[in-house]
Amino acid sequence: MKLLNAGDMSGGYGGADILSGCSIAVDRGEVTVIVGPNGAGKSTAMKAIFGLVQLRAGSVLLDGTDIGALAPEMRVRRGMAFVPQTQNVFTSLTVEENLEMGAYLRRDDISQAVEQVFALFPVLKEKRRQAAGELSGGQRQQLAVARALMTEPNLLMLDEPTAGVSPLVMDELFDRILEIKQTGIGIVMVEQNARQALAIADNGYVLVNGENRYTDSGAALLADPEVRRTFIGG
Amino acid sequence: MPLVTDLLNAFLWIFNFLVLPAVTYGSALALGALGVTLVFGILRFANFAHGDMMAFGAMVTLIGVELLNRYGIFTYPVPAGLLLLPVAMAMTGLLAISLDKFVFSYYRRIKSPPVVVVMASIGVMFLLNGITRLIKGVGLTPFNARRTFDVGEVDVAALADQLGEKAVAVKSDFATQEKFVQVSEPELVFFDVAEFKAATGLAEGFGLDLIQVLTVVLAVAVFLGLYWFLSRTRTGKAMRAFSDNEDLARLSGIDPQRVVTVTWLIAGSLAAIAGTMYGMDKGYKPFTYFQMLLPIFAATIVGGIGHPQGAILGGYLVAFTEVVITANYKKVVNYLVPESWEMAGNLQLLGTEYKFGVSFLILVVVLLFRPTGIFKGRVL
Repeated sequence: MKLLNAGDMSGGYGGADILSGCSIAVDRGEVTVIVGPNGAGKSTAMKAIFGLVQLRAGSVLLDGTDIGALAPEMRVRRGMAFVPQTQNVFTSLTVEENLEMGAYLRRDDISQAVEQVFALFPVLKEKRRQAAGELSGGQRQQLAVARALMTEPNLLMLDEPTAGVSPLVMDELFDRILEIKQTGIGIVMVEQNARQALAIADNGYVLVNGENRYTDSGAALLADPEVRRTFIGG
Repeated sequence: MPLVTDLLNAFLWIFNFLVLPAVTYGSALALGALGVTLVFGILRFANFAHGDMMAFGAMVTLIGVELLNRYGIFTYPVPAGLLLLPVAMAMTGLLAISLDKFVFSYYRRIKSPPVVVVMASIGVMFLLNGITRLIKGVGLTPFNARRTFDVGEVDVAALADQLGEKAVAVKSDFATQEKFVQVSEPELVFFDVAEFKAATGLAEGFGLDLIQVLTVVLAVAVFLGLYWFLSRTRTGKAMRAFSDNEDLARLSGIDPQRVVTVTWLIAGSLAAIAGTMYGMDKGYKPFTYFQMLLPIFAATIVGGIGHPQGAILGGYLVAFTEVVITANYKKVVNYLVPESWEMAGNLQLLGTEYKFGVSFLILVVVLLFRPTGIFKGRVL
C-alpha cells in the first residue's frame, strides 16, 4: 500500500477544471517530483492533495484511507505537512517560535524535534532568537521546511521550495531533502528547476493541462529525449 | 522664598492639571485601544462597538456596586468596583463572544470585505448603546452615590466606624418626620487638595486618590500581563501566528475558532477594565464611552493598528496632547513670570469642549503623513 495515492483528481477553484484526471503517488522514503509547464496545474494538484482545493472527482488515499473529505487541519493531524510556495513562515515571530507553531498540535516535549531540525539546518540554530522576517531567502526556505517537519509528518509536501533562491542554496536544499527522505518520510515536491529536481527524484510526473503526460522514475524521465526536448530543455 | 514657592506652585499645577489627568485618562485610552488593536490584529476589522462594550462593562460593575450597597455592604477603603471587576470582565467577555457568534461569525463565513464587518460593528454599537441606556439610563451616575436606608436596616454605628462619622447621617423626612439613614461612601484620598494647601501654605494644592493610582497600576499590570501572554504562552503565540499569517496558522493546525474566541474574551475583559476604571474616576455615563471611541481609534492608529505596544503608546500620546492643548496656562505662567508681566486673560489654545477635535486632528495628521503609525502596524 502506498503512503499517498491520489487518483483521477479533477477540480479547480470553481469554474473550469484545472485538474482533469491527474494522479500522484508516493511511498515512504521516496521523493516524487512534479514538473511541467506554467499553468499545468502542478501547485493545484498539491493543494488538492492537501484539501486546499475542492475536488469534483477523484480520491486522495493516505495509507489506504480516504481523506478526501477532511479539512486541511485534520490532514495535518493525520501526518501530512505542507510548505506553501510563498508566505511560508511567520515573519513577525522568531525562528524558535516558528518551530513551536509548527509543532502546535503536539502536546508532548518538542525539544528533541527542535534539536533534530537544528541539526538538519544549523543556520537556524544561530538565528533562533531572530524574527523570521529578517532571514535571507534561502534561510527562510529552510525555516519553512523545518516548521513543516516539526509535526514529525509521514508525508512532506513542498511547493517550489527553491523558488527565488540562488543555485548554491538550491543544491543545499536538495541535499537536505534527500536527508529527510532517508528518515523514511515520503516527499512530494513541485519544482521549476526540473533537471536538478528529477535527478534526486524516485518518481517523476510531467503534468500538462492538468493531466499526467509522462510518469516514470526520475532518471528515466531525464533520459527520455522527448521529455528533455519539450520540458527540460537541452 | 517667593521664587521657591512660585516654582513649587508651578510644579504642583503642572502635576495636578497636566500630568495626573493625562496619565489616568491615557491609561483608560490605552486599555481601550489595546482591545481595538487586538480585534483588528486577529479579525482584521475596526470594531466600532468597543466603546459601548466599555459602557456595558462599567454598567455591570455599577449594578453590582449598587446591589452590594442596597444590602448595606460597603467595602471602603477598597472600591467595590475593583472587587466586582472580575465579574464585569467575565460578563463583557461573554457578551463579546456571543456578539461574535450571532453577528461577526456570519460575515467571516461568507468572507465579507472588512468594510461590511465594520458596518455590522456600527450596528452592534447602536444595539449596545440602546441596551445600556435601557438598563441604566442616560444620566451621570457616580459609583459612590448617596444611598438611603430605613432605620434599623443597617448598623449605623458600625458603618460610621468603617466609613467615618461624616459619611453616615440619620435624618428625618421633612413631611412625614420619618427617620432614615443616609450613607455616602467616601473615596480613599491620599492627598486632599484643601488639606494640602492648609498644611503647606501653598496656593496650589496636591490631590491624589486611590482610584487614580489604581487606574494606572492596573493598566501597567494589564500591559505586562498581556505582553507575557502574547510572548510566552502557547495560545498567545498562536494568536500572534494567526495574526501574522492566517493560512499558515491553519496549515500548522492552529484552530481559528479558538483563537477568535480567546481574542474576544480578552477584548471584552479589557473593555470592562477600561470602562470601569474610567467610570469610577469620572462617574458612569454611557455617552462618554461612545465619545471615547474617537480618541481610542486615534490612539490605535497613532501607535500602529494591530500593535499592542503602539496602542499603549498611542493612548498616552493622545491623552497628553488633548490635555496639553486644552489646558488653561494662565496660572502657571503667572507663577513663573515677574509680577508686572502677569496676565489677567486666559491662556488656552483650545476650549476643553473641543478636546475631541484634538483626537480628530491627530487622526487626520497621522493618516496623511504616516498611515502605518509609529510601530509599523498590521500584525500583533
